[in-house]
Amino acid sequence: MVGLVVVTHSAKVAEGVADTAAQMGGEGRVVPAGGDPDGGLGTDVDRIEAAIRESYEANVDADAESEADGVVVLVDLGSAVMSAETAADVVEVDGIEVAFADAPVVEGTVEAAVEATSPKATLDSVVERAEGAREYRKFG
Amino acid sequence: MVDPDTQREAVVAAVEAVAERMAEERRYLTDLDSAIGDADHGGNVTRGFEAAAEQVAEAAEADDDATPADLVKRVGRALISEVGGASGPLYGGSIMSASAELDGGITAETTVAFAEAYLDKLQERGKAELGSKTMVDAVTPAVHTYKKSIEQDDLPPLSALAKAVDAAERGVRFTTPLRAKKGRASYLGWRSVGHQDPGATSTLFVLEELLSVADDYLEGDVERDATSPTVPDADPEEAADDEGAGGADGPDAGGDD
Repeated sequence: MVGLVVVTHSAKVAEGVADTAAQMGGEGRVVPAGGDPDGGLGTDVDRIEAAIRESYEANVDADAESEADGVVVLVDLGSAVMSAETAADVVEVDGIEVAFADAPVVEGTVEAAVEATSPKATLDSVVERAEGAREYRKFG
Repeated sequence: MVDPDTQREAVVAAVEAVAERMAEERRYLTDLDSAIGDADHGGNVTRGFEAAAEQVAEAAEADDDATPADLVKRVGRALISEVGGASGPLYGGSIMSASAELDGGITAETTVAFAEAYLDKLQERGKAELGSKTMVDAVTPAVHTYKKSIEQDDLPPLSALAKAVDAAERGVRFTTPLRAKKGRASYLGWRSVGHQDPGATSTLFVLEELLSVADDYLEGDVERDATSPTVPDADPEEAADDEGAGGADGPDAGGDD
């Protein structure tokens, strides 16, 4: 199974996106990692790292039979990108594969959560589905 | 090569020196950042390097087996954890990633490899090119000058580092007239022109403190001049100009005979 982490400058945004995606994506679980270390607006590499590990571990447990497939991370903007990439560097040392979806964070996370519940989901398929959200037309 | 215990001691001393310097320059860095950023750079790097200094000193004391590379890696990790915004990943991630190059101890060769790996990671992470008005503008000339001084000119590491610091200083000055292309400053567009980059500036402070600590541990001339000695010192035309402008009664600069 593929894990999902959403990284935003606001902790509330990350939690809200995770809630939205959980509702739309059913069992797909999204771990939020928003805000800076002091609870303000920003990003926190340690929190992102912990979220990736949590998401990965949850899938290792769920997939007692098979390997966990790694974690797809969605980010909002600016330093979220760098912080998430740095956290990925840290966890990859421990063999956790991380992929980034270059997508609008709300729509992309919802799409990713839906795809991640598919038994055939891979890191690539989840990234592709999330990035498809860039093509959304909401008004015709 | 300096023995491993002394290398460890030097790493701890260097991080402490950087932490002190950042605390001294905190206001200045914040002023630079308030002009083109979000006014948090001074506070961020001060907090980060203070935490790094504390953690590294503890680690060096607690674990005799911690190698210099381990300690440097720990500095990176502390910066990543403590520094918000882009500076944490840029400083901390680059140090952490480059620390592997010091596995063989701190030598002329490994420090060149460290410097190059640091620059590579910094560019990869920040996606900034030379001239984007970022840390890269200070690090690139410093790394190139250091590598060339060691590998081409066979200078001792201390002398090479002194030249690298001068190169970084020139790079920092070069950021002032540039338009920012990365980070928050880039949102200001043309209004970013005329302001010195805070990240490049704090990078110069790091290098200055590394030089100062290296001077306590290593032999060599410390001349902060990145120019090559093979370039002629005087422009041939200057002599002619002097004759006309100064005249016989021009001020005597030296004064003593």
